[in-house]
Amino acid sequence: MTMYYNEMVDDGRVRAPYAMLSDWIETMPAEIRQMKQAEAEALFRRIGITFAVYGEGGDPDRLIPFDMMPRVFLQGEWRKLERGIKQRARALNAFLRDVYGRGEIIRAGRVPARLVYQNAAYEKAVVGFVPPRGVFSHIVGIDIVRTGRDEFFVLEDNCRTPSGVSYMLENREIMMRMFPALFRHNRIEPVDQYSELLRRTLASVAPAKCDGAPTIVILTPGHYNSAYYEHSFLANLMGVELVEGSDLFVDGGFVYMRTTQGPKRVDVIYRRIDDPFLDPLCFRRDSMLGVPGLMDVYRSGGVSIASAPGAGVADDKAVYTYVPEMIRFYLGEEPLLQNVQTWALWKDEDYRYVMANLKELVVKEVHGSGGYGMLIGPRASPEEIARFRSLIEKNPGNYIAQPTLALSTSPTFVEEGIAPRHVDLRPFCLCGDRIELVPGGLTRVALREGSLVVNSSQGGGVKDTWVLSE
Amino acid sequence: MRLKITHETGYRYDHPAQALVQSLRLTPSVHEGQRVTDWQIAVSRGQRGAAFRDGAGDWIEAWTVRGPVEEITVSISGLVETRDTAGVLRGHRETINPLVYLRPTALTAADAALCDLAQGVAGEDALDLAHRLSAAVTGAIAYLPGVTEALTSAAEALALGHGVCQDHAHALIACARQRGLPARYVSGYLHSTIDGTPHDAAHAWAEIHVGPLGWVGFDAANACCPDDRYVRLGSGYDADDAAPVRGTTFGSGRESLDVRVQVEEMSQEQ
Repeated sequence: MTMYYNEMVDDGRVRAPYAMLSDWIETMPAEIRQMKQAEAEALFRRIGITFAVYGEGGDPDRLIPFDMMPRVFLQGEWRKLERGIKQRARALNAFLRDVYGRGEIIRAGRVPARLVYQNAAYEKAVVGFVPPRGVFSHIVGIDIVRTGRDEFFVLEDNCRTPSGVSYMLENREIMMRMFPALFRHNRIEPVDQYSELLRRTLASVAPAKCDGAPTIVILTPGHYNSAYYEHSFLANLMGVELVEGSDLFVDGGFVYMRTTQGPKRVDVIYRRIDDPFLDPLCFRRDSMLGVPGLMDVYRSGGVSIASAPGAGVADDKAVYTYVPEMIRFYLGEEPLLQNVQTWALWKDEDYRYVMANLKELVVKEVHGSGGYGMLIGPRASPEEIARFRSLIEKNPGNYIAQPTLALSTSPTFVEEGIAPRHVDLRPFCLCGDRIELVPGGLTRVALREGSLVVNSSQGGGVKDTWVLSE
Repeated sequence: MRLKITHETGYRYDHPAQALVQSLRLTPSVHEGQRVTDWQIAVSRGQRGAAFRDGAGDWIEAWTVRGPVEEITVSISGLVETRDTAGVLRGHRETINPLVYLRPTALTAADAALCDLAQGVAGEDALDLAHRLSAAVTGAIAYLPGVTEALTSAAEALALGHGVCQDHAHALIACARQRGLPARYVSGYLHSTIDGTPHDAAHAWAEIHVGPLGWVGFDAANACCPDDRYVRLGSGYDADDAAPVRGTTFGSGRESLDVRVQVEEMSQEQ
């Protein structure tokens, strides 16, 4: 039987991080808990935060269940995570600078050329262009799972436009509103400085041609997008304009935004639309979401784009396996956070091992996301395993496999009271002139008993994430 | 050769356009086979925007025009001294890794017939293979204008058995990539065909990356490698990506185009 690390209880004894919460739980009557839960849901509905996280699809108006029981880290635990996350974000940006420049890591034989240069996310159009401060990925979302007291693993990196940070902020807001006493009696590190740090990060990568205070905008595909709420939420918090492609235009060597006072030059675009749709003159001609001519302005240093076009080459599941190499190669350090052991199906030896052990492993598509296109061996029927086997045989290069991880559990409110449920964590690391990380992130929880899938499309919920001060 | 190029494109709109944005890849690239002694791009209205050399070594120049615009003319005139390098692109500064050009696109995806064509030839080495692939494409697609159009894919052109230089280039690119050779689309000008017939038009061919030689041009439409009759503008994955002009017009009007290209040989004294 697999043993799971329970973040709250060990052998009947409450672990330190949760000590101050155990009284709170025990003394809360069931009626109060239900009432509070209903109140939380009403609050979420009222503010309209109902979008799916991570582009998982599904009903965009469905509320993702919020669990009132926070997930807690001690200061010491967090400091270690923080160092590992920042190290990883630095290495990923160094890698992006390199592969769009001289490609030293490939020349050195540490990363296969094919994985980079034949990667669909590698953008030929930006080869040789160095964005301000050499930063390509300004918001790095790193998905982390825990399997033991000191065992944390990175599940995947998100270098493009990771979503979910509005949940991190709203979960905290709602907890503070509903349980002010908890925050009076516990020293919990704040997260609400995130929006100001994000604004400063974006301002710090303004192009050299920008004179004066940079004008920042958030570029959204529009209100049909499942993360539109997050786009408007962040724009609001930062005090910047939320624009669609048609609100921007190129004139001469710059990008302007239409305003009631006439055109206003834009210096930094935090885009929440994907590369192929950014500019019909450079990428997909049929894109109606982008700004014609934007990429020419970008490549001549007239505007900054966050994340930089082409940043996606650092975050697919094949390149992921080389992140520890990147850390050693660019930083001369040993990785502080470990990767999950990963078998690459395009390697003969790995292929043989995986095909013989499909029942024990998790198999994922290299470019897949959101828990789709994935096989969880121990939970799969013989038919599903057979189907995946033939898919892999047809295109081994499209798959990786990992062991089924024993995700830690965190106490969670369920029908019967409190029960352990599996969780993961996505912190959001900001990269500009400095590397910043707010203490916390988004904790996702698999609400179904025994489930290891935390995706909201498959019965996942979210929790507030606490980092305790010393 | 000393080639004088004049290239005029007139755009007219039946309803005035509100604005225009264009990205022009219309300046000859720099390499041993050609030296630009004079080159001017003039647009009848609007302003020059971003201008830079990209990772592929192409000079990109953007133009924007604020409306209302009824008509606009893009005029290019220039003088290029060319010499024959047997198709080899030497002294061309670019930073893109050739492996990038193994990626298929919609216009250059190889179907079963293109795979058969590609597998049907054998070469002693990469260069020999590239020559044979080019000859196979010349044999499989007969030159005939009017059968294919701008968005015809390599697979469609091969099935039709007829096409123009763009189709030959696409088919050759598809075949070369199929055989593991990086290949790309090149746009430019051609002075005259090999028998001396004046060409006087925009032209396109393929470049294939062959080991130590690097990029080598192949013009399957004319069954030769580019020489001093060719002027190279820029490159891309396919015709769409390498287009000399990519633009967007804002407005409801219909656009009509009028293109005139002249490539003249200047005598040495001039």
